[in-house]
Amino acid sequence: MTQNPFLERHIGPGDTDQRAMLNKLGMTSLEALISQTVPASIRMEGEVSIPDGIGEEAALAELFAKMDKNVAAKAMIGQGYHGTHVPPVIQRNMFENPGWYTAYTPYQPEISQGRLEMLFHFQTLVAELTGLPIANASLLDEATAIAEAAGIAYRHHRQKRQRIVVANKVHPQSLDVLKTRASTIGFTVDDGDIDDTVAAVILQLPDTEGALSNPDAIVEAAKSVNALVIVSADPMSLVLLEAPGSWGADICVGSMQRFGVPLGNGGPHAAYMAASDALTRLVPGRLIGESIDAHGRPAYRLALQTREQHIRREKATSNICTAQALLANMAAAYAIWHGPAGLKAIAERIHGLAARFCNALTASGFSVASGKFFDTITVTSAGNAEAIFNAAEASGYLIRVINADTVSVAFDETSTEADLEVLCDIFGVKIVDAPKSNLTASRNFDSFLSQEIFHSCRSETEMMRLLRKLMDKDLALDRAMIPLGSCTMKLNAAAEMMPVSWNKTANIHPFAPAHHLKGYQVMTDDLDRWLSDLTGFAKVSLQPNAGSQGEYAGLLAIRGYHEANGQGHRNICLIPSSAHGTNPASAQMAGYDVVVVKCNAEGDVDLADLTAKATKHSENLAALMITYPSTHGVFEAEIREICAKVHEHGGQVYLDGANLNALVGLARPGDLGADVCHMNLHKTFCIPHGGGGPGVGPIGVAPQLVPHLPGHVVQGSNGAVSAAPHGSASILPISWMYVRMLGGNGLKVASEIAILNANYIAERLKDHYPILFTGKNGRVAHECIVDVRPLKDSAGVSVDDVAKRLIDYGFHAPTMSWPVAGTLMVEPTESEPLAEIDRFIEAMIAIREEAREVEKGTWPKDNNPLHNAPHTAAELTADVWSHPYSRSMAAYPNGVDIASKYWMPVSRVDNLHGDRNLVCSCPPLENYAVG
Amino acid sequence: MSTTYYTEEHEWLRVEGDVATVGITNHAQEQLGDLVFVDLPAPGNSVEQGDDVVVVESVKAASDVYAPASGEILEVNESLGGDASLVNSGAEGDGWLYKMKLSKPAELDQLMDKAAYDASIA
Repeated sequence: MTQNPFLERHIGPGDTDQRAMLNKLGMTSLEALISQTVPASIRMEGEVSIPDGIGEEAALAELFAKMDKNVAAKAMIGQGYHGTHVPPVIQRNMFENPGWYTAYTPYQPEISQGRLEMLFHFQTLVAELTGLPIANASLLDEATAIAEAAGIAYRHHRQKRQRIVVANKVHPQSLDVLKTRASTIGFTVDDGDIDDTVAAVILQLPDTEGALSNPDAIVEAAKSVNALVIVSADPMSLVLLEAPGSWGADICVGSMQRFGVPLGNGGPHAAYMAASDALTRLVPGRLIGESIDAHGRPAYRLALQTREQHIRREKATSNICTAQALLANMAAAYAIWHGPAGLKAIAERIHGLAARFCNALTASGFSVASGKFFDTITVTSAGNAEAIFNAAEASGYLIRVINADTVSVAFDETSTEADLEVLCDIFGVKIVDAPKSNLTASRNFDSFLSQEIFHSCRSETEMMRLLRKLMDKDLALDRAMIPLGSCTMKLNAAAEMMPVSWNKTANIHPFAPAHHLKGYQVMTDDLDRWLSDLTGFAKVSLQPNAGSQGEYAGLLAIRGYHEANGQGHRNICLIPSSAHGTNPASAQMAGYDVVVVKCNAEGDVDLADLTAKATKHSENLAALMITYPSTHGVFEAEIREICAKVHEHGGQVYLDGANLNALVGLARPGDLGADVCHMNLHKTFCIPHGGGGPGVGPIGVAPQLVPHLPGHVVQGSNGAVSAAPHGSASILPISWMYVRMLGGNGLKVASEIAILNANYIAERLKDHYPILFTGKNGRVAHECIVDVRPLKDSAGVSVDDVAKRLIDYGFHAPTMSWPVAGTLMVEPTESEPLAEIDRFIEAMIAIREEAREVEKGTWPKDNNPLHNAPHTAAELTADVWSHPYSRSMAAYPNGVDIASKYWMPVSRVDNLHGDRNLVCSCPPLENYAVG
Repeated sequence: MSTTYYTEEHEWLRVEGDVATVGITNHAQEQLGDLVFVDLPAPGNSVEQGDDVVVVESVKAASDVYAPASGEILEVNESLGGDASLVNSGAEGDGWLYKMKLSKPAELDQLMDKAAYDASIA
């Protein structure tokens, strides 16, 4: 009998259901199915040494005791991270609401209009703040956003200009990440003269020490040689200042953290990026565009996807995939909640406190950096920095020590009059009556955020209802199964989520001293040990804040290893043709040339082709990137042989852990011969997808790669890939809770049930659709590919038609056209109960029967329930109905529950119109003026 | 008097003297579907036969267009900047991509004439 109370809550099918499913598969036990599915040659010997699982209350108590060791001081360190009040209405209705945080990336626009609309508002907000027209829907953090901007400049100049000039004092972590990126992409970073070898000039405003210097001379110098101007700007300061786009910025980036997103020891937070029209096609990441649906009504969608890695692979603008959708949505909601007047009041109050602090210091003879500032005061007091820091800490404040003589104090939204008094006491100065500002608010507030949405929610009732209205438009995990192959949309349990909101998780500055972060240290040590054990590696780095970042960090570790061995010339990265698009995009960013390895008819890596290419490139082979189990959802029995072959030719093996949910507790990448592997904590380890981020992509490495893991400038090393040392630290407790509650054995059971659920679906659908790619015993791993291509020939029914018709049945479509064009890849995960799985199967079978009616000629190919799907309430209740099938057939097929049906807000979205007529932010109100 | 050549990569060149107008074939645009964007090279650039010089994008795919011959880019079809659909409506006419000055006219000998191209896609 299981002693694991949470396991039963995490697993979908109960014991009776599991037996029925095994019976359908002709199996007598789960172990027998696993033996058929997972080749004996890859099974791990013995068991992982993770302790047994415990219940929710016990796990929460244990983690609370650990995290209680953190010190939640008033953090006035600044350096890119600032205190902020998360408006309770947003905390409760969005941040802690599964309707928002369990949604997937909005690839299927018809069921994603709510978060697409909020992300569109985010883009509008960014466009308004920056004065630049093309804003994307977030990047991972400020430092990587600067690196991405430098990459744009490098591409804009077609790789012909290799210098990026940093023109003033940027945050140290931004410089660290930028230099890491430069080292492999091919540009250099310096602070030298601006001439025609310069691709771009980077300017941070205010600079890292708080100074708001006049940028005109630098901008003029850059423009005179056609170098791009990249401005990294604090968005709260931009509320008061003239938008950088109006004085010459070509690209503007920054962190939206202080717009109502907790510090969280460094993340997750949304970075923003906006650019000029001319750079549109070079902008990385998701871009939300407005288009129309099949009935001509406005509808949002992801625009210009051909820039992105899933289409462009090694030629993509970036490897970014998951961004920070949930946090971007929180920032947009914060701006809607406060409106332009509220934001202005917040920014002015912050500046007022800083200005009065500055006055108090100067009146008492302290040496304060001269010139304009917004919120950060830098003070010089010879030899006293440590003493001042200590006095502040003793009073519950953290300030930044810049060097032995200099400290800085950053005010924020949470700073109060009482804080100002305490700080003045610490410095031994008195508040004086003097002008409250040294800053002329240069923004034209008459037109700032004039869009209706930013004036729509003065009352909490309105705000609560806006968040509910948008959420209701979307289909998230709280409403139905999201059977996306390769995405592992499993349960994000409430107990796993709760620690994210704890004071000592959320209100922690990432650059607090180590003795303030002891709780985080213990928690991340646990995760390091557990994840290393589960993957068979020596060490885990938790820094990469997305799977793509993990890939990049892993390849950098391989690169560092080769260089340390005098093999720095190795530059060939073998990648199977079936790989996820991020793989070649990451390899390109790591400075590697991609050589594609063929796959055979079974979907496995073609061993002969691999051998030939490894042999041909033996002198220069750096790495193989391989997904396991394969992207086709199969356990390739030859994986050990493949790894050995690469090692034989001097290469290292990168294992893409996207499909780790089929391996945990059953097999370990390290044992199979891999040298490095990333884990998507937002897939296998229960961090929710947030509607398109956050993600977390730690890497585990073999002993020889440990010295080459990412470092971080604030920890006295370098080579950072993310802005904060532990990336998105505040959501790591989610994975901690999952591992602690399931325990070693429970994690293995989760993998087994994931495999059972997938095989059950494959078994029940195989008489209706071909199931592509199975292992030696006819089994799939934790996902299966359903081939709908025959319907195209027989009935003119495309994979899109099937996907959109599934919406009428109340489902999010499986992964479309990947890894095989025209097919659907289904991954149920272990968390889906049998009843929901059966509902999905019945829907798929019913759709096959609908296609049969088209085949028979009952309905024309261009006027049938599949072709016209999805059907909105507006269409179904319209006075005119011009289809040869009934309204009820359209709306309630195959017993769809009338009482709980999901109604999509728009019909099929017109992709062509959206990409031909790009609209990615709402124009100011004045543009609508008549006359 | 001009002569039109075709490549296996579905490009056409209409050659007059040492200047060639280059585009993709009607067959190619049918395969690509509705185009939303054409990324054109900068005039003055020198290209070698086989270089990827143009990218044509539909909603779901981006495809490289290779230089069918070596030479210098003289002029690009500016009207594609505002309306990529010209390639769909007139692939072998108004939807031309660029004009180039040929540096190795002998390369033309390797290319197909219309009859050979039509046979290759039949």
